[in-house]
Amino acid sequence: MKILVCVKQVPDMESRFRPDAAGVWYAETDLAFRVNEYDEYAIEQAVLLKEQLGGEPEITLLSVGPDRVVEAIKKGLAMGADRAVHVRDPAAHLKDPFQIASIIAAYAKGEGFDVIFTGMQSLDRGSTQVGVAVAEALGYPCATTVVAFEYADGTVTVKRELEGGVKGTVRLKTPALVTCQLGLNQPRYPTLPNIMKAKKKEVAVIPVEQLLQEEARLVLAQFSAPAKKGGGVVLEGEVADQVDRLIGILKDKTAVLR
Amino acid sequence: MKVLLVGESRDGKLLEYSYELFGFASQLGAETAMVLIGNDAALPSYGGTVYLADAGKYGEYNPDLHKRLVQAAVEREKPDYVVFMHTSYGWDLAPRVAALLKAPQVSEVVALAEGGFERPCCSQKMRQVVRPVGGPVVLTLQGGAFPALVPGGAPLKQTLEVAGEGRTEFLGYEAAVRKGVDLTRAEIIVSAGRGVGKKENLPVIAELAKVLGGEVGASRPVVDSGWMEAGAQVGVTGQTVSPKLYVACGISGAIQHLAGMKKSGFIVAINKDKDAPIGEVADVLVVADVMQFVPALTAKLAK
Ligand SMILES: Cc1cc2nc3c(=O)[nH]c(=O)nc-3n(C[C@H](O)[C@H](O)[C@H](O)COP(=O)(O)OP(=O)(O)OC[C@H]3O[C@@H](n4cnc5c(N)ncnc54)[C@H](O)[C@@H]3O)c2cc1C
Ligand SMILES: Nc1ncnc2c1ncn2[C@@H]1O[C@H](COP(=O)(O)O)[C@@H](O)[C@H]1O
Repeated sequence: MKILVCVKQVPDMESRFRPDAAGVWYAETDLAFRVNEYDEYAIEQAVLLKEQLGGEPEITLLSVGPDRVVEAIKKGLAMGADRAVHVRDPAAHLKDPFQIASIIAAYAKGEGFDVIFTGMQSLDRGSTQVGVAVAEALGYPCATTVVAFEYADGTVTVKRELEGGVKGTVRLKTPALVTCQLGLNQPRYPTLPNIMKAKKKEVAVIPVEQLLQEEARLVLAQFSAPAKKGGGVVLEGEVADQVDRLIGILKDKTAVLR
Repeated sequence: MKVLLVGESRDGKLLEYSYELFGFASQLGAETAMVLIGNDAALPSYGGTVYLADAGKYGEYNPDLHKRLVQAAVEREKPDYVVFMHTSYGWDLAPRVAALLKAPQVSEVVALAEGGFERPCCSQKMRQVVRPVGGPVVLTLQGGAFPALVPGGAPLKQTLEVAGEGRTEFLGYEAAVRKGVDLTRAEIIVSAGRGVGKKENLPVIAELAKVLGGEVGASRPVVDSGWMEAGAQVGVTGQTVSPKLYVACGISGAIQHLAGMKKSGFIVAINKDKDAPIGEVADVLVVADVMQFVPALTAKLAK
């Protein structure tokens, strides 16, 4: 069995975001990058499937992006993936979800992956499109927002999470793609020996031009902070003082404190 | 300008938020039609054309057939926009329809903008404007961004049919697990988020809830990590609450969390990040470390 996991590297969401020189996306200076949270669930599920099948499947990670994404790839390899493909694209942030999906599909086309895992969304763009678009391009059936995953004899059975905490159970035949939702599993922390082992694993580099034929269908026009609508009070400063001011406001504005 | 709205039904009923689609269409000032995979009982209160496909025949979840049914309606209607809600149904189906139509897709639209559509990014902390190239354009709308509008009237029903089978087999729904306290009745809720740091810190949150006479809630990661029971989760996939006072401790304010608590009477957020999106709904944002501020507040209130 061959498994593919699509991994995006994204900034830490607690960062302060500022527009780049073109004013259409964030500037990367001072940002710390990490593996997209949803993709950690995807990597973990791939490794769990490999373990279930006695280590037989080969797991390939794929990430499209500039050189920094190698750090995300290394983490995935240390979690248990076997090899990786870095589609090098310094301008990946300007590609639309359809183009990113086309790049991934162009790579996956001849490879005969049985199961493809992606995150349900990326934390920075959050388009929730790339996984489904890859499945459509490859002609794979696909289930999204998956919170439970089982595999047996060429059949994947998943639970999709719906609004209100309701779940829908869906069965697909492989080859298939699933997009992973929060809480699907508990992503493991790479151990030191596995981090060492990961250093020896193959990372193939492919320039994006080799895989991308499609024109963008979306143009980025602007990036900015949302207009502040709330007239909320912001309390900064010393803790003791913040406590007194908050209690004062609660006494004034609510009936919960006597 | 013409829009085709994709309604949503579950268990034979129209999902209420489908009316937000009409709210969007009216902001756009567009002519509308709807497509719905459902049944007569799920038809919207709307006097225009509804392309109806029988969910008894095509299933409520069968993306291979649903995308072709939407495509069939697109061929009859020739819309400029095909519009879904950004829900588990919408974000699943919209990219498939976009692929079939070779159309651009803008996800989770929150507003119309000069030359494009505004949507959130960076976990709701920022906004971007994107401009689609070519058409028709597929959109999904963030829940609550466009106020619902019930047009009223009896639909002009047009039946849709497609041949073939889907590749996914839908085996049924499973109800939400509801254990523990019913937060919907609580007057005061103190909720713990990932910013609380670790399970061992949770008693600090519980103590504040206790001195205030309230209950303890949680954001999703706190539940997913097994720090608290699933019943405590507030948000779209948890409980929807509206206490008199909601205290969010170390919660960033993701839209899925806000959906469950933004109707609270008074909202206090404690967050070390002054730009956290929870600030958008908070009446008071305390910029502080939860583990320093919360015990100090509890101590003062206990006096
Ligand atoms: C389909 C779907 C459904 C979902 N349903 C839900 C739902 O029902 N409920 C829900 O909650 N989420 C839900 N989510 C997840 C949601 O998108 C967010 O991931 C989640 O709400 C984030 O939880 P959080 O705010 O606790 O964590 P984070 O987003 O990680 O935020 C932690 C916050 O704590 C702050 N912080 C960190 N350390 C400290 C400190 N020491 N002191 C003070 N502040 C600190 C940080 O600045 C940050 O703002 C859903 C997601 C999807 C895709
Ligand atoms: N640049 C990328 N490289 C590899 N995978 C990606 C990339 N962008 C998105 N993905 C995958 O697609 C999922 C959905 O992303 P998005 O459509 O941007 O919300 C992510 O969780 C990843 O698994």
